Amino acid sequence: MLIAILTITGLATAFGLLLGYANIRFHVEGDPVTDQIEALLPQTQCGQCGFAGCRPYAEAIAGGESEINLCPPGGEATMIALSDLLGRDPVPLSEETAEEKPKAIALIKEQECIGCTLCLQACPVDAIIGAAKQMHVVIASECTGCERCLPPCPVDCIVMEPISQESGGWRWPFPDSEHPEIVSAPPQ
Amino acid sequence: MYVESSKGKIRRLWDFHGGLHLPDNKRQSLQTDLTSATMPARLILPLRQHIGEPAIPLVKPGDRVLKGEKIADNTAPVCAPIHAPTSGIIKGIEAHSIPHPSGLNGPAIVLEVDGKDEWADLPAPINDFQNVDKSLLLQRIREAGIVGLGGATFPAAIKLNPGKAIRTLIINGAECEPFITCDDLLMQGAPDRILNGVRILQHILGAEECLIGIEDNKPDAISTLRSHLTDDEPIEVVRIPTLYPSGGEKQLIRILTGQEVPSGGFPAQLGVICHNVATTAAIADAVLEGRPLISRLVTLTGEGIANPCNMEVPLGITAADLIEQAGGYTGKSSQLIVGGPMMGFNLSTDQVPITKGSNCLLAPSEEEVPTTGSALACIRCGRCAEVCPVNLLPQQMYWFSRAKELEKVQDYNLFDCIECGCCSHVCPSHIPLVHYFRFAKTESWAKEKELQAADHAKKRHDFRIARLERLDAERKARLRKKKEDLGKKKPVKPAAKGEDAKKAAIEAAMKRAATKKAAQQSPPKNTDNLTPAQQKQVDAVDKHRAETTADQE
Ligand code: SF4
Ligand code: SF4
Ligand code: SF4
Ligand code: SF4
Repeated sequence: MLIAILTITGLATAFGLLLGYANIRFHVEGDPVTDQIEALLPQTQCGQCGFAGCRPYAEAIAGGESEINLCPPGGEATMIALSDLLGRDPVPLSEETAEEKPKAIALIKEQECIGCTLCLQACPVDAIIGAAKQMHVVIASECTGCERCLPPCPVDCIVMEPISQESGGWRWPFPDSEHPEIVSAPPQ
Repeated sequence: MYVESSKGKIRRLWDFHGGLHLPDNKRQSLQTDLTSATMPARLILPLRQHIGEPAIPLVKPGDRVLKGEKIADNTAPVCAPIHAPTSGIIKGIEAHSIPHPSGLNGPAIVLEVDGKDEWADLPAPINDFQNVDKSLLLQRIREAGIVGLGGATFPAAIKLNPGKAIRTLIINGAECEPFITCDDLLMQGAPDRILNGVRILQHILGAEECLIGIEDNKPDAISTLRSHLTDDEPIEVVRIPTLYPSGGEKQLIRILTGQEVPSGGFPAQLGVICHNVATTAAIADAVLEGRPLISRLVTLTGEGIANPCNMEVPLGITAADLIEQAGGYTGKSSQLIVGGPMMGFNLSTDQVPITKGSNCLLAPSEEEVPTTGSALACIRCGRCAEVCPVNLLPQQMYWFSRAKELEKVQDYNLFDCIECGCCSHVCPSHIPLVHYFRFAKTESWAKEKELQAADHAKKRHDFRIARLERLDAERKARLRKKKEDLGKKKPVKPAAKGEDAKKAAIEAAMKRAATKKAAQQSPPKNTDNLTPAQQKQVDAVDKHRAETTADQE
């Protein structure tokens, strides 16, 4: 009897130690669900969702503190993707969120820029270059169009320029289909 | 199926899945002989006439250019240069309507023709190409701006450098689209150019055999090419059955070799390379004459055009000019199509220029090419899947394209679809299936791009956060150090001494300033021994200075 008790206790201690070690040794940094959510967000870092950026919003969704329909740049596609990922019911976007804006990038009006560096500090992706009292410039290829540089500018010299539609990046439009048809289950 | 190919040899042919027997409508444009278009007053040369990066202009408005001179190029790996089709003055580089399904404008060079048609110095002909290094020939083909003239417009030199051993060279003379006859006429009219091009390609690729595949509705082209072959050459002209789309690259390879290009793969993987007959002729011109690609054959046909014909046209001539030269419109057509009725696209204006890839202008009557009526619900008849030459399931692809479930469409091998239009053609419900697939393709590419952009933005954002944290840490460290330093120095350097030093420094600075001021106010050195006249002038100036200073105060 005593031997049995000792054996079991010994085994339990050994496995306990093993588990404890494994927990430290194979510890996973960060939360995989948050990472997956973040991967679905457009990374514009615009803060229009009410959070400081995409990562904080992802954390809020993962923690169940926030709805999945708050990201305007992502629009409906992102909402659907989130609902697929999390198994939550799709939530319709509010009118304001659903409004699709043409893609635009920031442009600093050179003559008016006073070189205050405020926009530079606001840009989440370092897309603005400049120095104190020097004219600032937006690097077009890096700008995500988040509009975060607009409010801080004291002389309102930043405008959003829609990206000109060129035949190069053109997409075929969705066919006009007036025919009566309901998309239900796919054919087998 | 077995057919007799060139040298009394019997060759086995294979068939591909599906396909359509279409009324070929080629007779109309074959009634008249090949003519050359007259040069218009203005040529429009879009900078993107090929797959890859657009060319960058090498000329500026006001420059005079000569015929065959290179006017645009790009160092990007996938690009083809553009040459002036005739001599003239560059009028501008501006947005102009281009032959593109979007109807959007694209950047183009506008050339004002001077009518002299004066040639530039062309590179020397390479007649002895058999003994010339391949890289030199490839360079010549690249510099001549040659792209796939069958409509694919992929730069030819890149396709000729597959980095794989090539056994079979296939020359595509199938011309399977209804209405188009320009390749047919080229084969009848210029067999030597084509065959010389074939010999050059065979030398470049080291291919053992070359098969020229031509549909059996072009007997004249077949016999002409055969009669120009010498006996001991490993080149065969193979007559293949007329079945749309036998001229699709993968379909033609299947017919002639029995091999299937794997999904998402390239013919070169199988040791096969395929080029169009017109491309081959252009390559012969470039190598044997040094002539860049500045013109092409175009079919003008359909009941909407008065005199259907084929013309050799300078690149950059507008569709309107060309149709004018073919007798103008008859009013029997409501559409204008670039390319054939199956794979071409509608133009919204006839002011677009002919580019390297435009092989046909078609203005069909309603009987020839009906405009599709409104679509009905899919009745699941399965006919689309029966005719698909790639053996896809268009009905399923349609379903998911409609639901915008792009990943699912891709699971059904969307990207293997060659957009041949067979499925749309047979669909009893008139569903524009190909349109859905084109939509799904471009949408998938755009999504892919967006994902990459998001990834990039995230990296930059993370980097910024890391940088801000680092800067903050550094600032804090500096502050801490300063505090520590201050704590150390206090007993050694009493405050009083510091104040003394400050005072001393201020005094020294004031002294320096005083000396400087004195130096400035010291009288000029050259005022001794002045003549009375000079003295008078100096006095006048001094007086004036005193007055103005007083005024200012
Ligand atoms: S709203 Fe802006 S910050 Fe929020 S998740 Fe969307 S892109 Fe990111
Ligand atoms: S430049 Fe302005 S709009 Fe563009 S990413 Fe930076 S803050 Fe956003
Ligand atoms: S268009 Fe695409 S799906 Fe339709 S038949 Fe052709 S290859 Fe098949
Ligand atoms: S041919 Fe048209 S109606 Fe028939 S299954 Fe295909 S899409 Fe549906």
